[in-house]
Amino acid sequence: MIATILNKAIAQGIPLLFGSTGEILTEKSGNLNLGIPGIMYMGGSCGIIGAYLYEQMVEVPNAFWGILIPLLASLIGSTLAALIYSFLTITLRANQNVTGLALTTFGVGFGDFFGGSITKIFANGGTLSVKTTADFFKTTLPFADDLGWFGEIFLSHGFLAYVAVIIALVAAWVLNHTRVGLHLRSVGENPATADAAGINVTKYKYLATCIGGAIAGLGGLFFVMDYTGGSWTSGGFGDRGWFAIALVIFALWKPNVGILGSFVFGGLYIAYTYIDGLSRSAVAIFNMLPYVVTIIVLILTSVRNKKENQPPASLGLPYFREER
Amino acid sequence: MKPAIELRNITKTFGNVYANRDVNLTVEKGEILSILGENGSGKTTLMNMISGIYFPDEGQIFIDGEEVVIRSPKDAFDYKIGMIHQHFKLVDVFTAAQNVILGLEDKKGFNLKEAEKKVAEIGEKYGFIVDPKKKIYEMSVSEKQTVEIIRVLYRGADILILDEPTAVLTPQEAQKLFAVLRRMRDDGKSIVIITHKLHEVLSLSDRVSVLRKGEYVGTIKTSEADENILTEMMVGKKVELNIERDEPQNPEDRLVVAGLNCKNREGIEVLKNISFTAKSGEILGIAGIAGSGQRELLESIAGLQHLENGEILYNDPKTNKTENLRDKTPMQIRDMGVRLSFVPEDRLGMGLVGNMDIVDNMMLRSYRKGKSVFLERKAPKDLAEEIIKRLDVVTPSASTPVRRLSGGNVQKILVGREISSSPTVLMAAYPVRGLDINSSYTIYNLLNEQKRRGAAVIFVGEDLDVLVELCDRIMVLCGGSVSGIVDARTTTKEEIGLMMTKKKEVQEDAN
Repeated sequence: MIATILNKAIAQGIPLLFGSTGEILTEKSGNLNLGIPGIMYMGGSCGIIGAYLYEQMVEVPNAFWGILIPLLASLIGSTLAALIYSFLTITLRANQNVTGLALTTFGVGFGDFFGGSITKIFANGGTLSVKTTADFFKTTLPFADDLGWFGEIFLSHGFLAYVAVIIALVAAWVLNHTRVGLHLRSVGENPATADAAGINVTKYKYLATCIGGAIAGLGGLFFVMDYTGGSWTSGGFGDRGWFAIALVIFALWKPNVGILGSFVFGGLYIAYTYIDGLSRSAVAIFNMLPYVVTIIVLILTSVRNKKENQPPASLGLPYFREER
Repeated sequence: MKPAIELRNITKTFGNVYANRDVNLTVEKGEILSILGENGSGKTTLMNMISGIYFPDEGQIFIDGEEVVIRSPKDAFDYKIGMIHQHFKLVDVFTAAQNVILGLEDKKGFNLKEAEKKVAEIGEKYGFIVDPKKKIYEMSVSEKQTVEIIRVLYRGADILILDEPTAVLTPQEAQKLFAVLRRMRDDGKSIVIITHKLHEVLSLSDRVSVLRKGEYVGTIKTSEADENILTEMMVGKKVELNIERDEPQNPEDRLVVAGLNCKNREGIEVLKNISFTAKSGEILGIAGIAGSGQRELLESIAGLQHLENGEILYNDPKTNKTENLRDKTPMQIRDMGVRLSFVPEDRLGMGLVGNMDIVDNMMLRSYRKGKSVFLERKAPKDLAEEIIKRLDVVTPSASTPVRRLSGGNVQKILVGREISSSPTVLMAAYPVRGLDINSSYTIYNLLNEQKRRGAAVIFVGEDLDVLVELCDRIMVLCGGSVSGIVDARTTTKEEIGLMMTKKKEVQEDAN
């Protein structure tokens, strides 16, 4: 029972982990990308479109192309979305909040439109399913079932779950122990300083935002392939994108803390299904829990006021060298 | 020997304003060159073009006799040019060493330990004290400056440009810095120092180049210069450099502050047991390193700070009654008939509204007057016109938004409004910061005028030379407490400088 709950919590947490790692990288460059929910939507819908087209193209899908094509489709979709955001906020210096929110609206609409269209055209109004491809994604290690509770909790996930953890660990290492990380953090803290030190601020902002977007998009892909098993339902992704952004704050902008945080959020997210006799309103209260926890973390860090736990100092601000 | 840097006909415009026009300048190897000019004369802009922050519209830059193009700070580093900006370019949450290696592409890989070692070595070589592992936000201003200088040296710079390096230092710290700079010059490096303080130019540099309104005026050897020659070059005409100081007339205790304690929002004590008396007809100067509690002290008196304890007693000259201003809002203070005027340091943040025009800004003080639902605009308009005329404010009209005026004119508007209510207490925080010599002297004269009128003037300043010349008494703050009150007529800059950094054992009162 407990193993099942933990397993589900982790599965719930993985999309959030992708989203928050992507957003942390983005925010470390000083870009507050509130378009992450939309980008995750687009990553998911592009992945499922890629999978669907591939399944249509061949008689018997094989695992290699079955994974590579949706993966690439998802990465391209979410990177392009992040690129739109980057161009607007970095090159044109548009307001980051407005751009991000618009991108979320756009991404959700994009996902529902294409996901919905394909469903309507090809599945005749039924449910679109790319189960064959999804099963490739869900393949687990063959010996996972033999390892009891340990196998059930930690080894019974598709490969993307491990990718998420690895990306988070690598991101944490890059941020704290490499020159690239030092430069990226300086761009988010004080772009004028970074610029004067000879760091290409625009390049770092673009790369961090686009790579961050691509990582976040994988969260959408994990959701449609692994979590729902290859089917698209409008609005099925729900508010996971916003949870990912809340998780960034919860993790204090540290991707490695985000791993644990994502599991906590995942657990809180599904807690209500394990409590009997909850009314609908009580369920809604349970769904608020991750936000409540985030607010508590915010209060605690604000009270302690430790500089290292604050958001990047120039988060949300545009940078223009010759501004006077 | 070829000069380290040569600039030929450099021009830079911002919009249709010339920041620099046809500037020629030479920096020799192994010399300290001062660039002197008033605020807005284009000194910083010119240096920013050498360090790659701005790109010149026209003109050529030569390094060691070869023409070069400097498009970014990185290019500047490659030519061994390093600039120490007036507003430090450091990342607060990084350590000293992390800031030093920021932006470097070292082929040997990323090694913070080695960088920390090298930082300490450079510090030793030139006689700095620096802890490579200390975070910037825990540092004092002079430590931050040290990090900036080490960063430039770490990159092997041969040409160092310092933008107003002493603006934030105590006289002792400045002397230490000068010693370091001289050691670097003897090491063969070229040092360019931007400043508007004449005595620094004279004591430190080998040659002086002067800019005026973006144009190059000329260069002279320091040994052939004196304050009058330099000022004339800077301003373009002779300026009387003496600040007059009358003896206070019938001084009475106007404002008695006793035992003030104040905590900021983080719960840190910013004012500790502050007691002093401001007298009518005199100027009380307040000296101290930036952030020693000056701002909080003035805000406490103006009714903008919550006090832990202490009293602020005001003796009304008309009624001879004594009122306690503690825990009163600015509105209540005014309703009590206390004519208290406050020129805050943050002119466009606390003093004026940048997007509103001069007349509307006058109304910030008078909008509650009148009984009708409509605003009374006639009186503020007259007041605005009068201030413009009397203080020579350069503005297209009284309906120009304040933010479009230059710093000096903005300050004249603010001071003009504050003294228009004929205050009995006038508090001014850094009223000449960023102002050119002429505007500065206008402001000093206005303060003196209020003193003669019998107001108690409290003047927070940063230039110790001015404080010593202008004030009657000077109170020195250090870390939120009073380290002493001295007679400005007998004290010296050095004495005040010492008091700014450490508490005096015995409190000398000049009464």
